[in-house]
Amino acid sequence: MTAAVAVKGKDLEVDEEGYLVKLSDWSEDVGKAMAAEDGLVLTPNHWEVINFLREYYDEFQIAPAIRVLTKAIGKKLGPEKGSTKYLYELFPYGPAKQACRYAGLPKPTGCI
Amino acid sequence: MAKPDFNVPRLAEYLEPPQLAPDAMAGSKPFKASRQHQAALGFPGELVENWEEVAIAKLGELLGKYRSLRVYLDGCVKCGACTDKCHYFLGTGDPKNMPVARQDLLRSVYRRYFTPAGKLFPKLVGARDLDNSVLDEWYSYFHQCSQCRRCSLFCPFGIDTAEISAAAREILDAIGVGQKYCNEILGKVHAIGNNLGLPGAALQDTLAGLEEDVKADTGVDVRFPLNVEGAEVLLIPPSADFFAEPHVDGLIGYAKVLHQAGITWTLSSYASEAANFAMFIGNYEQMRKVALRIRKAALDLKVKRIVIGECGHAWRVAYSFLNTLAGPFDFLDRNYPVPQHIVEITHDLITRGAIRLDREANDHIKVTFHDSCNVARASRMGDRPGGQFVLPREVINASCNHFHDMDPDTIGERTFCCGGGGGLLTDDLLELRVKGALPRMQALRQVQQEHGVTHIAAICAICKSQFTKVLPFYGFPMDAVVSVHQLVSNAIQLGAKA
Repeated sequence: MTAAVAVKGKDLEVDEEGYLVKLSDWSEDVGKAMAAEDGLVLTPNHWEVINFLREYYDEFQIAPAIRVLTKAIGKKLGPEKGSTKYLYELFPYGPAKQACRYAGLPKPTGCI
Repeated sequence: MAKPDFNVPRLAEYLEPPQLAPDAMAGSKPFKASRQHQAALGFPGELVENWEEVAIAKLGELLGKYRSLRVYLDGCVKCGACTDKCHYFLGTGDPKNMPVARQDLLRSVYRRYFTPAGKLFPKLVGARDLDNSVLDEWYSYFHQCSQCRRCSLFCPFGIDTAEISAAAREILDAIGVGQKYCNEILGKVHAIGNNLGLPGAALQDTLAGLEEDVKADTGVDVRFPLNVEGAEVLLIPPSADFFAEPHVDGLIGYAKVLHQAGITWTLSSYASEAANFAMFIGNYEQMRKVALRIRKAALDLKVKRIVIGECGHAWRVAYSFLNTLAGPFDFLDRNYPVPQHIVEITHDLITRGAIRLDREANDHIKVTFHDSCNVARASRMGDRPGGQFVLPREVINASCNHFHDMDPDTIGERTFCCGGGGGLLTDDLLELRVKGALPRMQALRQVQQEHGVTHIAAICAICKSQFTKVLPFYGFPMDAVVSVHQLVSNAIQLGAKA
């Protein structure tokens, strides 16, 4: 398990699925580098989601439930954007998994 | 949806046995459990040095413990009835995904080490030495079985491939080759209380949010109580019900039903998970440890009834094994079954007229129902044989006006797995999951074309997540899957009783 994401000339360790191994390795550049590998450019709306995930994780040690996330994003970006559909437009691999990866958080597990 | 790097099967008019594609899925292997994941469950962290010896000893131990396993390994006459019954074979064409071939991966080793003929004349009886290539096949193909038991239904001897695959996984764990998805999750259940790793504070916050949402939607104060001592009912949902869609809409449905019926209830942060992944890895001690959480939560919270939410294999473990794993439950109210399924409660309330449903609330959709494998073939609901098929359909029919069943060969006890059961609901097995969903997608396409069905209702967290993921590969919208109690939630009349 020696996969890594290259950020500013430094290789940061990630697991088999591309999630950061050390949460403390994260910086905005990590999110950008991971997104670039997926061919994605992060817009301010992406960052609203990523930042919310990080704040929530900081408080609760887990990513927020999808409803908690859509509600929070709806409040920040307007009700029409507070939907799972919009989050999938931003993160086509799924908001819980793809956005968590860019945010440097562990992958949510379970029957999801 | 992200672009797949494999070919998605085409939905034809009829489901036909595929062209054989030998070794097509030989490369399909889930990520291995790390040293830490293994250690948390008491398994060796990596392949042990004398692994052949340990594996054979473990197989011997299992043969001694489970007489059924020996019968299944001895009993096959190669009649071929099972060959085209597995969704993974139908979706991949890989002959090793024929149930008989999957069984033979273990049977050949059993014969070599445990039968006189196999010890003396291995080549004549299809016996083979346990070596690295066998180990490789085991890891690959025993993680291409969702333990759905459809094949066993068609086997004239009732040979249960699920039990064989669970035994194989147990052997793999014993030699230090665990699967990441299952074993990481079991570790979280022990450390945090659920598969997700959702700590108590996050659970409380999530539930408070749901109370707000329901109030905003309905104007009614429906509670989602957590750790309330002395409640009548301890509700144990799969933790995905807190987290994912459409699962959470089902949880809202349970809450509305219990609220409207005036049944006091609580969730437990200690046992905030109905799932018991230990069944998937065939480990009895783990299964017991996970089951005992439910007993402890029921005792601590002084409840009178245990009710399980919409989770397929949880209901199998609860219905079939809970009493032996964690009983006796003599401290519960014996007027109710131990445990009860939420569908049984809702069905009973509907039948007695204790809750009222407005079917027109679901007139915007046309619904079919996916029988989950573990509910269909390993449990029952209500007091009649086949109740596990009847009760959910009656609840759905009481909740909506437009319901159409899929092809009879694909429902009821003949139901096809969603493609993600048995510990395979992980992204590293996406190709397998998409291909294994083929028979179900085929049947869904048929009712879509014939009856205009728009949604498929499910009573299992794995099925719901699996469909959400794979539906788009077959051209359906991802939100075409709904929870059974989501339909109830849409239709239930809250407020003053008539």
